[in-house]
Amino acid sequence: MDFDLSEEQRLLKDSVEGLLKTSYDFDARKKYQAEKGGWSKGVWSKLAEQGLLGLPFSEDDGGFGAGSIETMIVMEALGKALVVEPYLPTVVLGGGFLRHGGSAEQKAAHLPGLIDGSKTFAFAQLEKASRYDLGDISTTAKKTATGYVIDGEKFVVLNGESADTLVVTARTAGGQRDRNGIGVFLVPANAKGVAIKGYPTQDGLHAADISFTGVEVGADAAIGDPENALPLIERVVDDARAALCAEAVGAMDESLKSTVEYLKTRTQFGVPIGSFQVLQHRAADMFVALEQARSMAMFATMASDFDDAEARANAVAAAKVQVGQSLKFVGEQSIQLHGGVGMTMEYKIGHYFKRLTMIEATFGDSDFHLRRVSAAGGLI
Amino acid sequence: MDLSFSKEELAFRDEVRAFFKDNVPAALRQKLMEGRHPTKQEMVDWWRVLNKKGWGAPHWPKQYGGTGWSTVQDYIFNEELQMAPAPAPLAFGVSMVGPVIYTFGNDEQKKRFLPRIANVDDWWCQGFSEPGSGSDLASLKTKAEKRGDNYIINGQKTWTTLAQHADWIFCLCRTDPTAKKQSGISFILVDMTSKGITVRPIQTIDGSSEVNEVFFDDVEVPLENLVGEENKGWDYAKFLLGNERTGIARVGVSKERIKRIKELAAKVEAGGKPVIEDQKFREKLAMVEIELKALELTQLRVVANEGKHGKGKPDPASSVLKIKGSEIQQATTELLMSVIGPFAAPYDVHGDDGSNEAMDWTAQIAPAYFNTRKVSIYGGSNEIQRNIITKAVLGL
Repeated sequence: MDFDLSEEQRLLKDSVEGLLKTSYDFDARKKYQAEKGGWSKGVWSKLAEQGLLGLPFSEDDGGFGAGSIETMIVMEALGKALVVEPYLPTVVLGGGFLRHGGSAEQKAAHLPGLIDGSKTFAFAQLEKASRYDLGDISTTAKKTATGYVIDGEKFVVLNGESADTLVVTARTAGGQRDRNGIGVFLVPANAKGVAIKGYPTQDGLHAADISFTGVEVGADAAIGDPENALPLIERVVDDARAALCAEAVGAMDESLKSTVEYLKTRTQFGVPIGSFQVLQHRAADMFVALEQARSMAMFATMASDFDDAEARANAVAAAKVQVGQSLKFVGEQSIQLHGGVGMTMEYKIGHYFKRLTMIEATFGDSDFHLRRVSAAGGLI
Repeated sequence: MDLSFSKEELAFRDEVRAFFKDNVPAALRQKLMEGRHPTKQEMVDWWRVLNKKGWGAPHWPKQYGGTGWSTVQDYIFNEELQMAPAPAPLAFGVSMVGPVIYTFGNDEQKKRFLPRIANVDDWWCQGFSEPGSGSDLASLKTKAEKRGDNYIINGQKTWTTLAQHADWIFCLCRTDPTAKKQSGISFILVDMTSKGITVRPIQTIDGSSEVNEVFFDDVEVPLENLVGEENKGWDYAKFLLGNERTGIARVGVSKERIKRIKELAAKVEAGGKPVIEDQKFREKLAMVEIELKALELTQLRVVANEGKHGKGKPDPASSVLKIKGSEIQQATTELLMSVIGPFAAPYDVHGDDGSNEAMDWTAQIAPAYFNTRKVSIYGGSNEIQRNIITKAVLGL
C-alpha cells in the first residue's frame, strides 16, 4: 500500500503543472479558445515537446511506456487549468484504441503523428438514440470486396471539427442493440462522404456532428475484431472515464481553492464572509466531497489495470458515480458561495462549473453508472 | 502509488482473519451481527483472549506491551475485527487513557495501570462531558481542590459510556478556577469505588442504558493520580481526541452491516419478490457501498500519511473520516429499517446489564437505527469536525 508518487511521477506532475502555470492562465485560455478549431496549436506543440502526448505508448512505439497513474496526473493538471486542447480525444481515446487494439501497421501509421503533435483524433461514438449505451449502434459498416462502406450519423464528437482521424464505431452485423457485430474503424476526416458540422460546447470545448454517407475504407481500417469490438470499446472508454474522473478532481480542487480564496477576501457586513459559519461548513462539505472523489479517481486509475473486465467496469462505474455526486455539489456550491460574480462569464469559477457539468454527462452520468453498479451486485 | 496491500500485508491480514475465525466465541459474534449488546463478562473474556495473543493493546509501542505494527497493520487489524465481527479493545482504556498515560504519565503510573488496561483488569470510562459542557468542553466545571495529600472532587460528568461496568474513570477537572478556560484543567484518574461517587443510568431512545451520569460529592483522590502536570490537562485531552479520529470511520462495521442487509433483503419479500430485487432499493444500497469504498480509500490515504509522519500526529483530513463514517453508519441502519418495514415495530426489553436477548433479532433493527444517531454527535460532533476542517485545512 503506497499512495505516494514515485520520483519520476512527481517530476511529471511538477513539469505539467509548471507548464500550465506559465502558459495557461484564464486570459490565455480565452485566446486559445479563439483560435481556429477552438484550441491552440502552440500549446499542443508544447505538450508534445514535453512528451505528454507520448506518455502512455510503449517505447517501441515511440512513447514513454507510462501507466494509468501518469495519465491521471496529467488529466488532473489539465482539469485544474481548464485546458481546452484535445488530450482526451487524441491521447486517451484515439491513442487508447491504437494501444489496446491496433495492429503493428496501424500503430506505425498513426502513432508517430499523434506523439509529435502533428495529428489529432476524435472518437465518433454517440448516436441520436444510443445515449450512454456503447453497444447501441445504428451506423453500419458493410463489408465489400476491398474493405467497408460506412453509413450513419454521429453526434457531439469531441474535437470532431479539428481531428485528422476519426475513430468510428459501426455495426458490421446484427440489430441496433446487439452486443456482437460491432466494429471500430479508422476513418480519415477528409474521406469522401464524411460531412462535419462543428460547434462550440457549453464548457468551451469544440465538438461536431458528423455524417458518413457511403464512406469507403480499406479492410485495414478496422481496429481489432470488426465483428466483436465491444469489449475493446468498453476497455478504452473505461480508461477515458477514469481520465475524466481525474480531470474532474483537478477542476474541483481548483474550484474549492478559488472559493476559499473568495471567502477570505470578499467583505460584507464589515467582515470577510468566510467568518460566517454557515459558509465555513459549506466549504468544509465541499472538501469532504472532493476528498471522496479523489479517492475514487485513484480507484478508477488502479482499476484500469485490473485483468478482470467486469471488476474493472464495476470499479470505474463506482468512481464515476462518486465523482458525479461530488462534482455536482462542489460545482454548484462554488457558484453559490461566489454569489453574483459566480454567475458572470467574465469570472473563471463559472467555467469550472460548466466543465464539471459536461464531464458528468460524458460516457455515462451518475444515474447510469449507479444502475450498473447495482446490477453488478454492488462492491461488497 | 499502489493501492493494493503488499504480499506481507496480505499475509498479515490472513493471519489476523484466521485468528478471529478460530477464537471469537460464536455466541458473541452472533450477538454483534444481530445488533445486540454483549454482557460485560462476554466482552472481558474476549479481550483477555486477545491480550493472551499479545493483541490486547496492539497499537501501543512495544515497550508498553504493544505490537509495534505499522499504521497499515493497525488498519487491517481493526478492519478484520469489525468484520469478524468482534468487540474492539475497550476504547476508553486502550485508545484513550492508555496512550495518555504512556505519553504523559510517570513511571509509577505506567507500571501500575498499563498492563491492567491491556488485560481489562480495570474497566475504564471517560469523564469529559458535563451537562453544561458538550461541544464547548473547555467550559467544564467539575472542581478538584487540593487538600493535604488529596484532591477533593465535586461536580458532575455525563454521557459516560458503560460507567456501570467501570473500575476507573479519567476525568478532566478544573484545578485553577482563576485561569482562563483551557488553562486550569487537569487530567485526573479516579477509582470508581471511591466514596462519594454515584452512577445514574441514562436510558437512550433505543431503550438501552449504555450511558450514565456520574456524580462526584467530595470524592477524595490521592494527588499521585494526577497525570502529567497540573493545569495541563487540556493538552492531554486534545492529544486523546486526536488519537480517536482515524478509528472512527468504522469501515469494517459498515461493511459487515452491508453484508447483513443483503442477506436480509434476499429473505424479506415485498410484492411477491425479495426486497433486494427492487431497483430503487438496490440503487440506494449501491450508493452507500460506493461512498463506503471512497471512505475506505480516504481512510487508507490518511493512514498512509500518518505512517509517514509518525503515529499520534493526527491529519486534520481525518475529520472527513468522522463525518462520512458516521453518515454511512447511519445510512446502513436506515437501509435495514427499509428492508424490515412494518416488522421494525415490536419493542424489546433490556436487561439491567445493558444486554438484550429476549426477542427475535428483527426487534434490534429499529433500536440500532435509533442508537446510531449518536455517531454523528459523539467524538466531536460532525459540526465540530466541520469547524476543524474550516480552520485546520481550509484556513478560514
